Amino acid sequence: MGKKLLFEHINVPGIETYDVYRKQGGYRAVEKALTKMTPDEVMEEVKKSGLRGRGGAGFPTGMKWSFLDRKSNKPRYLVCNADESEPGTFKDRFLMEKIPHILIEGLILSSYALGSNSTYIYIRGEYRWIVGVLEKAIAEAKKAGFLGKNILGKGYDLEIYVHPGAGAYICGEETALIESLEGKRGNPRIKPPFPAVSGLYNCPTVVNNVETLAAVVPILNMGGDEYAKIGIGKSTGTKLISACGNINRPGVYEIDLGLPVDEFLNSDEYCGGIRKGHRLKAVVPGGSSVPIITADLFYKNIKGEARVMSYESLADGGFACGSMLGSGGFIAMDETVCIVRNLWNFTRFYHHESCGQCSPCREGTGWMEKVLHRLEHGHGHMHDIDLLVDVAKKIEGNTICPLGDAAAWPVASAIRHFREEFEYHAKYPDKVKNSRYAHLDDYKKAVELV
Amino acid sequence: MAKVTIDGVEIEVEDGTTILNAARKAGGDIVPPAMCYYSKLKGSGGKCRTCLVKVSAGSAKDPRPMPKLVASCSTPVQDGMVVQNITSPEVLEARKGVVEFLLINHPLDCPICDQAGECHLQDLAFEHGRAKTRYEEERRTFDRIDIGDKIQLHMTRCILCYRCVFTCDQITDKRVHGVLNRGDAAEIGTYIQKAVENDFSGNVIDVCPVGALTDKTFRFKSRVWFVKPMDAQRDCTKCCGKTIVWMYGNEIFRVTARKNKYDEVIDWICNDCRFEKKNVSDWNIEGPTKIERHSVISHNKYQIGTKVNAPKKIGYGNITN
Repeated sequence: MGKKLLFEHINVPGIETYDVYRKQGGYRAVEKALTKMTPDEVMEEVKKSGLRGRGGAGFPTGMKWSFLDRKSNKPRYLVCNADESEPGTFKDRFLMEKIPHILIEGLILSSYALGSNSTYIYIRGEYRWIVGVLEKAIAEAKKAGFLGKNILGKGYDLEIYVHPGAGAYICGEETALIESLEGKRGNPRIKPPFPAVSGLYNCPTVVNNVETLAAVVPILNMGGDEYAKIGIGKSTGTKLISACGNINRPGVYEIDLGLPVDEFLNSDEYCGGIRKGHRLKAVVPGGSSVPIITADLFYKNIKGEARVMSYESLADGGFACGSMLGSGGFIAMDETVCIVRNLWNFTRFYHHESCGQCSPCREGTGWMEKVLHRLEHGHGHMHDIDLLVDVAKKIEGNTICPLGDAAAWPVASAIRHFREEFEYHAKYPDKVKNSRYAHLDDYKKAVELV
Repeated sequence: MAKVTIDGVEIEVEDGTTILNAARKAGGDIVPPAMCYYSKLKGSGGKCRTCLVKVSAGSAKDPRPMPKLVASCSTPVQDGMVVQNITSPEVLEARKGVVEFLLINHPLDCPICDQAGECHLQDLAFEHGRAKTRYEEERRTFDRIDIGDKIQLHMTRCILCYRCVFTCDQITDKRVHGVLNRGDAAEIGTYIQKAVENDFSGNVIDVCPVGALTDKTFRFKSRVWFVKPMDAQRDCTKCCGKTIVWMYGNEIFRVTARKNKYDEVIDWICNDCRFEKKNVSDWNIEGPTKIERHSVISHNKYQIGTKVNAPKKIGYGNITN
């Protein structure tokens, strides 16, 4: 049984209200930080904890905070990235819906550490109802004196604003998010300058994921050193994983980083195994934009060591035979899933969500989608597979923001690991034309043929 | 001052200069092509990705290479930086990819496009593109938007460099056009038809690297390589009045702003000069323009200093000087 830090009180009835949350020990960290600690000490605790960004990239949070330009006399901003739009990821939604006060508490602590007096929550447009939940929580916290002017009589002012987006995946990228927050078209900015120097309204800004900011609360409560003991190696603490796909128990789980993948997937405490009578075929361990890997490579890395749920272990083997922990959108697929159709679906998403600013992503995502549509609907050719690999290679790394990479990685990895399935689609167009599923027998035969 | 080495050429530039501008200072083959960067326009660049270069050493202090190819138009140089442009196969391969991406939805209607001959995409494709396309699907099309009686918008040809958006934003008072929609459905548009009415709006024609924005008064009149550029001047109350008039015989077919080696406008000109003054008597013609840009329009032109007597009658395809 892993330690529950964020979800410790998740099952307490009425935890979304201030009174119940407070009774469970909520806002203790704020009291502790504001009365006994300086902002630098709060930051030091976060640094000690080894907390890494939970939004996907896994960048150390303490280091990110230390890059913030404190010398300029400009106001500093903290922005909470709640634009969780990655297919397969729904952890932040659950957190904000069920226990909004932990986010508000984390935001107060982080704002205090960074010296931000106005903090924004940029929330995904589709999470319209959560805006109300958060605003209610903010009003309650304000009434209790944890927000507004002169918090706890310590002379620190803070306002939190909730800003709903208009429904664009690209606004989850930090500079596009800032543009959107400023009221402009959500196009990622060209870096440098980085947001830590010139972000929101050209002022120093830190953008962090919901879960990262919420995790500051347990860090302050238990101390950074104690938090760093949980987990494995450089992956410290707990992580929310949103599991979906052909598993028995889909849902959001809080795991200690370092949990063996076998236990996560097959134990009844977590995913509960693949649905009855089927076996695991492929896994996308961290949301649609990370490389897809086969079941064998998921359980064990190329050296034969068992994988664990951590940033390093899942990335072991690089892009050739590893993947990434990403944002924790765990998608398991059994043998009935057609990889080509699945990939087409992912690529369609990236085509739809590309902002259209830089040419490789704008044109390349559409091209890949069209080729995959052709393959899936029985109009493909053998040479299309190599074409896809080549197009993906030319998008990867050549774009302004990581959306290009996110669109290219699934394509490159799916073809690398499941090439015979693509070849089957090109070779037997009639069989795949009206089928949504992978045909096991045909598929096996095709493997022998090609 | 920062010392930077680009393809083995060492050059000293001021701090904060971009790699592209450093390369331009050095000149020659090492200058990366640029489709969206425009030195006159603040904030432009970084979008087309044709100017990607490899930084094999970040700076003298930190000589690690940069992990990805970087856009040379928006990356400032550091002292001791080593950059590879045409000497890196990786860069050339990426550039080839970008050209292919730009062309897959480009209509390739060069035979009927007014920009042909002075089109940057043509030059780029000629230098870096491949002869055959691998794109089998239909090219994207757009509904036609009428943006006024002087400027023609061909959205199908647009490569979304955002130069015209920056131009209207920065040299005119009220921007009326911008980019609508997103992804590969993104388009330049005014939303309100015929809305582009501004004394300096015609400059978007000059900044457009392709034939997406063309001059309606010059439409289908002549190919650019048949008309002769002449430096001309007039007293204009609105702008500098220094222009290039493109003549065919004794007629002025079109008027454009003067441009430098990289086809960037030197001084913006007003719509009066550009669209209204089409008589030789309006202009004080200084002499033939020396076109430094490497393009079709710079070929088969007269030598500087020769006396130009425009022939009275010119047979098609029989242009002699």
